[in-house]
Amino acid sequence: MAEAIVVDDLVKTYPDVQAVDHVSFRVPAGTVFAFLGPNGAGKTTTTEILEGLRARTGGAVEVLGLDPWSEGRPLHRQIGVIPQDFRFFEKIRPREAIEYYGTLFGTRPDPAALLARVQLTDKAESRFDTLSGGQKQKLGLALSLVNDPKVCFLDEPTTGLDPQARRGIWEVIRGLRREGRTVFLTTHYLEEAEILADRVAIIHHGRIVADGSPAEIIQRLGGPARLRIDAGEDVASFLRARFPNEIHWQAGRVEIVLQTREDAIAILDALRASGLAWVSFSTERDTLEDVFVRLVGQMDDGVLKSANGRAPEVPA
Amino acid sequence: MNGARILADLKVTARGYLRNPIALFFSLVFPLILILLFGLIFAGSGSGPVTLYVQNFDHAANGTATPFSQAFLSDLNRTNLVSVDLVSPSVGNLSTWLGQNNNPVGLVIPAGFQASFLAHRPVNVTLFTNPQAASAAGSAYGAVAGVLNYLNLAAANGTAILGTTQYNVGSTIFTYIDYLVPGLIGFSILTSPMFSMVDVTSTYRKDGIFRQLSLTPLTRDEWLASRVLWYTMLTFLSAAIMLGFGVVVFGAHVILNVWLLPFLFAGPLLFVSLGMVAGSIARTPESAAVIGNVITFPMMFLAGTFFPVSDFGPGLQVVAKLLPLYYVIDGMNQAMLFQNFGRAFGDLLVVLGFAAVLFAAAVYLFRWKGE
Ligand SMILES: Nc1ncnc2c1ncn2[C@@H]1O[C@H](COP(=O)(O)OP(=O)(O)O)[C@@H](O)[C@H]1O
Ligand SMILES: [Mg+2]
Repeated sequence: MAEAIVVDDLVKTYPDVQAVDHVSFRVPAGTVFAFLGPNGAGKTTTTEILEGLRARTGGAVEVLGLDPWSEGRPLHRQIGVIPQDFRFFEKIRPREAIEYYGTLFGTRPDPAALLARVQLTDKAESRFDTLSGGQKQKLGLALSLVNDPKVCFLDEPTTGLDPQARRGIWEVIRGLRREGRTVFLTTHYLEEAEILADRVAIIHHGRIVADGSPAEIIQRLGGPARLRIDAGEDVASFLRARFPNEIHWQAGRVEIVLQTREDAIAILDALRASGLAWVSFSTERDTLEDVFVRLVGQMDDGVLKSANGRAPEVPA
Repeated sequence: MNGARILADLKVTARGYLRNPIALFFSLVFPLILILLFGLIFAGSGSGPVTLYVQNFDHAANGTATPFSQAFLSDLNRTNLVSVDLVSPSVGNLSTWLGQNNNPVGLVIPAGFQASFLAHRPVNVTLFTNPQAASAAGSAYGAVAGVLNYLNLAAANGTAILGTTQYNVGSTIFTYIDYLVPGLIGFSILTSPMFSMVDVTSTYRKDGIFRQLSLTPLTRDEWLASRVLWYTMLTFLSAAIMLGFGVVVFGAHVILNVWLLPFLFAGPLLFVSLGMVAGSIARTPESAAVIGNVITFPMMFLAGTFFPVSDFGPGLQVVAKLLPLYYVIDGMNQAMLFQNFGRAFGDLLVVLGFAAVLFAAAVYLFRWKGE
């Protein structure tokens, strides 16, 4: 199947808020899709509609060719779900939890192998209520794999975890992709989306404001590159007199907004010819985070309010 | 319904319970402590029967004590709580005499005792007790009230004259401990599902555990079946413990018969449902706990758990009869003590009625997926 998840014009309205506002996207099978957005953006709502846990108000949704709400039971045998902030029976041990899920699904998982896979082997016999947040999340991950799912849903799997635990979860997600599973990941960590995802959709106030591969999004929505030269204010004045570019000077650093790549070469040539003193230079591009912060900030300022589902090209 | 899944859930539930000392304490250990405590307070702690000094004014025409009053006294002896010692009517006021001789408990049987009983006219015996000898007073009261209670019951059932041999078959005389055993089994049937189902229902909902389970092939009905099975097993276990203790330690008179069984099945079903209803209507686990306690505690005291409801005032008796637990306990009393199976059956119907309504309400309110 080419598309594991198809979402068309999805709408979810709560009594006091429209949590999902005409959202559309597709997730090709075998890829990692990151749903990126700040708190309250509508990530969990969308995710749980896809899992069949919430009813939608409008639009069409298909996961593995099934309607999650009306065909939940057959769907649930083929998907794995880790909710945001996974909780389970307080007194159960991870090994027992996996055996329990194995019986429920009628599969014969190997608890030791699954626990090793999520790096929880040493806690196999500890009670759930004694596990740390990261360890609980890892057990959730292990349980979601008991039925050998085709699609895995992970709702903010690393929120609140320490860096090492986050890296552990990332490793597992990479493994899922290698095995050809589709991963639907929500996160508010830009870095996570950038590192793990084949495709990213940025959601804010229930609307998708950008989507594509991380590189595409940066390319399309990122600001122009900048050239930085560590030098005195005399260099800034010199360049301002010769080039039309936007040029700032602050605290021993000149920052030039580049319009084309060739700008940088011309500027550096002129600088060398001038004989003025300078220390070092570097060029910088927006990260996904810069794009995200700018998009979200502008939306909150009302600039993007007219955008419907897709952001217009934003001049820097 | 899939048996393997129910069994798997049952196993997880049982393990969770065994690893939770508080749950275990309240459903198995606490009733035991209660039976020991109440048993020791009211049965006297093995110091043998208390001497009960009796003035019997109920004489037949030939001057000897009436057969009914004699039977009453020999039944009092048979309780092993008291040993009857006759005091001549010629000593005068029994209360004064007891005080002078430093004897703590005495009983006066009035003239016309037998005649009134046969005519179904109310008649009182007078029990004198010294409050400073609480244990002797308790034993004497337990023996006298127990025997009278039985006689009253027998009279209400329309048997006119009771010789000792007639009410000596099966259970003999009912002492406080005899009432306590079914009462405390009822206590377990009420409290173990109530305390934990209220908590489980509200906490699992809040923590998203129900939604988590809804993503597996386990169905809501299977989960419910597993819970009901678990509390039924727990009930059987605690009933066995309580009966064992009551009989072995305190010599309680109970008759095991099949009429006990339907109560041990229907009772847990009723209170699992009630616990789920309480847990479902609350918004948070904290308010669920409050609602659960508001339901459980009054029922615990008013439904005949610790004291026979017939000892209550008329107002409280009406309240008691509104409580589902009353019918569970009364039914078990009828089955195990009085062998009044007609009334036990009536009680069972009421219990099943409560259970059906509450189960339907629980299923209706129970959100498995939930938003
Ligand atoms: N069950 C609900 N009832 C009412 N409003 C809700 C409910 N769940 C979420 N919301 C609202 O919908 C919006 C999106 O929430 P959510 O999907 O949880 O966002 P995210 O997961 O991105 O943080 C928020 O404004 C939130 O308050
Ligand atoms: Mg969320």
